[in-house]
Amino acid sequence: MATDRNEQAGASRLRRGLQKRYRRERRFRGYGLTAIMLGLIALLVLFGDIIGKGLPAFQQTHIQLEISWDREVLGINQVSEAELKQANFDALIKQALRERFPGVDARRQQHQLFKLVSSEAGYNLRERLQTDPELLGSTETVALVANSTVDMYMKSDAEARADDRQITEVQRQWINELRDSGELGFGLNTSFFTQGDSRNAEQAGMLGALVGSFYTMVVTLLLSFPIGVAAAIYLEEFAPKNRLTEIIEVNINNLAAVPSIIFGLLGLAVFINFFGLPRSVPLVGGLVLTLMALPTIIISARSAIKAVPPSIREAALGMGASRMQVVLHHVLPLALPGMLTGTIIAMAQALGETAPLLMIGMVAFIADVPQGFTDSATVLPVQVYLWSNTPEESYVALTSAAIMVLLAFLIGMNTLAVVLRKKLEQRW
Amino acid sequence: MDTALQYNQAARRASADADSENPMLEERAYPEETIGEPLVDNPKMSIRNVDVFYDRDQAINNVSLDIGRNEVVALIGPSGCGKTTFLRALNRMNDIIDTCRIRGELRLDDEDIYGSAMDVVELRARVGMVFQKPNPFPKSIYENVAYGPRLHGMAEKRHELDDVVESSLRKAGLWDEVKDRLQQSGTGLSGGQQQRLCIARSIAVNPEVVLMDEPCSALDPIATVKIEELIAELSQSYTIVIVTHSMQQAARVSHRTAYFHLGHLIEMNETNKIFTAPDHRLTEDYITGRFG
Repeated sequence: MATDRNEQAGASRLRRGLQKRYRRERRFRGYGLTAIMLGLIALLVLFGDIIGKGLPAFQQTHIQLEISWDREVLGINQVSEAELKQANFDALIKQALRERFPGVDARRQQHQLFKLVSSEAGYNLRERLQTDPELLGSTETVALVANSTVDMYMKSDAEARADDRQITEVQRQWINELRDSGELGFGLNTSFFTQGDSRNAEQAGMLGALVGSFYTMVVTLLLSFPIGVAAAIYLEEFAPKNRLTEIIEVNINNLAAVPSIIFGLLGLAVFINFFGLPRSVPLVGGLVLTLMALPTIIISARSAIKAVPPSIREAALGMGASRMQVVLHHVLPLALPGMLTGTIIAMAQALGETAPLLMIGMVAFIADVPQGFTDSATVLPVQVYLWSNTPEESYVALTSAAIMVLLAFLIGMNTLAVVLRKKLEQRW
Repeated sequence: MDTALQYNQAARRASADADSENPMLEERAYPEETIGEPLVDNPKMSIRNVDVFYDRDQAINNVSLDIGRNEVVALIGPSGCGKTTFLRALNRMNDIIDTCRIRGELRLDDEDIYGSAMDVVELRARVGMVFQKPNPFPKSIYENVAYGPRLHGMAEKRHELDDVVESSLRKAGLWDEVKDRLQQSGTGLSGGQQQRLCIARSIAVNPEVVLMDEPCSALDPIATVKIEELIAELSQSYTIVIVTHSMQQAARVSHRTAYFHLGHLIEMNETNKIFTAPDHRLTEDYITGRFG
């Protein structure tokens, strides 16, 4: 009888406990869901804001003008390197504008008229003539890039237009006239993808930063992957387990947490001041980012090696393979997916790194697209930083557009990491 | 108090009671010398006065025995008695454990296994090993078997390699089951097939001795029978040392049996003699199931 009662009491207590347990489980799941929702909302707001601001930067206002490639106005007889240098392309544009608006005589008004077109539009004409010398002497309609003030005016709504102080009253009339006749319209912002940085927002592009990032990443990848993997293999497979290797391990983990600007200072002191490498070049940027990426790569490569089951190593050793052969034939192929994933994540980190590059001078204004590893260059995140610091309003959209390009690259790299891992993964 | 906690405590008390009755924990008198006939004429391997240490812990204590040619020797004993350590000492697999030290004399055909003239790669080619858990490489069945011959340059040409793979798989009794899927992954086979694949892999380099560390402990009875039949067959051409927890298995496959207890080799004799009339009490206790 006594045991019966005990059993009943135990069962009801168990039931009560169960309910409590389930409640706790539901609450815990709730916390998790809330956390994820918060994260997603933050991400959506961020993306929405950036895309909303950045999308307009991909199109740009163009003015259709009747350009007559007049030898006299240009001041040249034929298309040659030497003559093109002296050719006055701005005069072509001025003449075209004057012909479009014949009534504008006052000097001051003419000046305002010429300011409708980008001050660098002459370069575009020059490139056009260079690729197609036949044009000389003919007349055609060319879409010229409008000045960023016009661009901003066109992209803003009616209310903002009324407030726009960058555009004078007479310019406003011209713009309206051109727009109504269809001569003023939007086109793809090609200079954003084909040119380097510029002081004129309508001509500023990120190709320079893109190429700079590419060269920097090439240096980083070529150095950090082999060094990181070799270090990881040595530490995991060959190094004796003693105090010294323990200290090395702790310090590698510490290095992964060192603020990146410190690596920049190190790069400045060692690579530039001591070894005398040039400033602001992808080579030094790559070296500094290598230092940053190494701890991440070593740590991920080590854990990938650790994940290879010891039974595989034993089997190979039992077959008479040397340690080196065990590593090359078995450990490395099995650990490679993990190593690659870690490397790509480290690369993505390095791609987004700004602080250390500021220290080695990659923050300069560089209009030319770099041609090699030792040309002055800037990189994507630094370009974002530079543009966001510019007071001109027209750079706001450019900044967001540059962030979009950077994000696209990061997402691309991380996708590649996932695909590689899925593809190379072997089960045992 | 929680009911679960109460149950735990009860279980712990029960196991403590069992421990105090466990003869393993009692200090028993070990025989001065191994009882029975550990030595044979013209042995394949001879082991004399071997001690193995992990740091300061002695895992093997003054063991001497011989392994005869084409003989199957079974090593039995309770868990932690040093059977596996001893087995791994025979082809220097203990080398990869940093803290492991070994003392004494081990000879393979009169060559010192731990001598400077012995190359560990050659030793492991001559003394193959099959592990407790089937551990095929995550490569194709063909590659698994071809790995050893390729590693040691035993078969250069493709058709030579094909022959070695086929004959090894035939010897391991696996050929008929896998001949149509040699390019499939070795890890996709069943446990028993995997273990036979591992045996095929180790005999592909034509070793003189095959060491087996509880080769059937992860297998079901049917796969076990197959492996045991295989061992009997292989013993015609190879010398086999097998560690096993199953006394029936030792009785079925081995010619001679060695009983290890806490690092000591207590008794070694003809398998029949050990299982019918053991000379030492510890051996008798173990094989009659008093502990182990």
